[in-house]
Amino acid sequence: MDLPIFLIQVLNSVQYGLLLFLVASGLTLIFGIMGVVNLAHGSFYMLGAYTAFTLSSLTGNLFTAIALGVVLAVAFGYVLEWVFFSFLYRRDHLQQVLLTYGLILVFEEIRSLTVGDDVHGVSVPASLSASLPLGSTMSYPIYNLFISVACLVVATLLFLLLRKTRLGMMIRAGASNREMVRSLGIDIDFLFRVVFALGVALAAFAGMIAAPASSVYPGMGNQVLIICFVVVVIGGIGSVTGALVAALLIGFIDTFGKVFLPDYSGILVYLLMAVILVWRPEGLFRENAV
Amino acid sequence: MRRVLLAIALLALAILPLVAGKFYVDLFAKIMIMAVFAMSLDLLVGVTGLVSLGHAAFFGLASYMVVLAAPDKYAAVSLWTSLPIAIAASALLAFVIGALALRTRGVYFIMVTLAFSQMVYFVFHDTKIAGGSDGAYIYVKPQANVGAWSPFDLGNGTHFYYAMLALLVLTFALLRLLLASRFGHALRGIRSNEQRMRALGFNTYAYKLAAFTVAGAIAGAAGYFAAVQFGVVNPEMASWHQSANVLLMVILGGVGNLLGAVVGAFALVLAQDFFSSLTKHWLLPMGAFVIIAVMLLPGGLIGAWQALRGGRSGHG
Repeated sequence: MDLPIFLIQVLNSVQYGLLLFLVASGLTLIFGIMGVVNLAHGSFYMLGAYTAFTLSSLTGNLFTAIALGVVLAVAFGYVLEWVFFSFLYRRDHLQQVLLTYGLILVFEEIRSLTVGDDVHGVSVPASLSASLPLGSTMSYPIYNLFISVACLVVATLLFLLLRKTRLGMMIRAGASNREMVRSLGIDIDFLFRVVFALGVALAAFAGMIAAPASSVYPGMGNQVLIICFVVVVIGGIGSVTGALVAALLIGFIDTFGKVFLPDYSGILVYLLMAVILVWRPEGLFRENAV
Repeated sequence: MRRVLLAIALLALAILPLVAGKFYVDLFAKIMIMAVFAMSLDLLVGVTGLVSLGHAAFFGLASYMVVLAAPDKYAAVSLWTSLPIAIAASALLAFVIGALALRTRGVYFIMVTLAFSQMVYFVFHDTKIAGGSDGAYIYVKPQANVGAWSPFDLGNGTHFYYAMLALLVLTFALLRLLLASRFGHALRGIRSNEQRMRALGFNTYAYKLAAFTVAGAIAGAAGYFAAVQFGVVNPEMASWHQSANVLLMVILGGVGNLLGAVVGAFALVLAQDFFSSLTKHWLLPMGAFVIIAVMLLPGGLIGAWQALRGGRSGHG
């Protein structure tokens, strides 16, 4: 493998891994804190991508679309927790699985009714449409680099929020011992709503920023959802650090798998999960005992 | 009362092909296949307390075995060799997946079973096995001949219907026997308190793995006949939507009650049929139906019926 090709694959791995992290971190936090298995989490990624498509064609600017989209996603997550997910906390996992599965059907059909079932592309902003030359013949699109940098910034902000702020302290406390946080008099309803809105916004942001690099298509959320489950299983439920490590690991394995074993690349990620399960059934980083 | 209703339902199913058209005979044959599939999952979800979101993997693998067991695509395979092969393949897959997935519990188990079934989906989707993502047609249905004698013809809709009715009754009886045995009681014990069962000296991992394998084998039988009826196999048969669907049937009918799984299969397939006849965008009412049904009927249809009659709650 030439150095430029190798470098491109490394960049692709990091980009994919970071996008997965943004979706999986919300999934793992929502499970860790509220104890809800949310199958509809992939739908937020899908809705984000379609929001980027709709808003960028309305406003003519992707960055405006993303800024608007994030605000919409936070509001949407806040309301959705209030009208739907807050009723799920007392239900068992089996019922949560089916209720959130029903929600996927509703979201997909609303998407179909409003935007249709066509595959769409989102154009890359002119300021980022150039390519970076690598070696004599290869090049790497600047926009893909921008995705990685933007994800890295958001991931850093997320870690700062979790480690350095009072809100983050409450979230971490909630992830390790929900009952204790409740009995300390912290407004748990508000905390749940904030965490849920944060998770929705992270997934939607990932969908929005990835939209120009991939296409926007029906069912795109489901694929991401299942890989994110693998991320959460490998990383350990409730652990954001674990999600980061696992997401990057999967990013590299999937990307390099597509190069070396194209017929089996879809399977490699699951084999990795099988190996980890044999070695550490509770994931690499387990912060709480749920 | 319950026995009378059961006898009436069975009688109605037995005379259905005499009074209904081909559309309904095919639809009800499909429902009975799904009912067998749902009963196999109920052994895990309702009896043992293992929520698997990957049960379509075993259904899908066995359906592919109809194609893979044939030496070439125009040759007829014998039912009596290909069905055991398909069931054995599903049982083996269930044993391997179960051995790994059962190292986890609770929500991990849900995610891990989902992920492994997705792996099976990708094996059929990404590789060239039986047509890749397009799937493959079954040109010749399996033959039920024994020597020169042909007891029934799976290509005939009515014959197929009665074969599926026999499969449904047989599976129900088999699972009832299993649940009445020491094995069945141990599984119920694991559901209510696994710690206690372990303290009593039961190797709960082995019991759960055995249940997982049996459930996979029965799901395989359902998948085999689904492929025979549809005349086509594709990766969607192992997809996670299929897994979620069968889980819905189990909970819609009422968990832990084999009859519930059968009732759930009838209710869900008929609901899908009804909504898809109304509108192209039928997933919207279907999704709403799922949400409302799970919210309002935590004990499923059987539980609701028992509550209406003022009887005891329906777990048993």
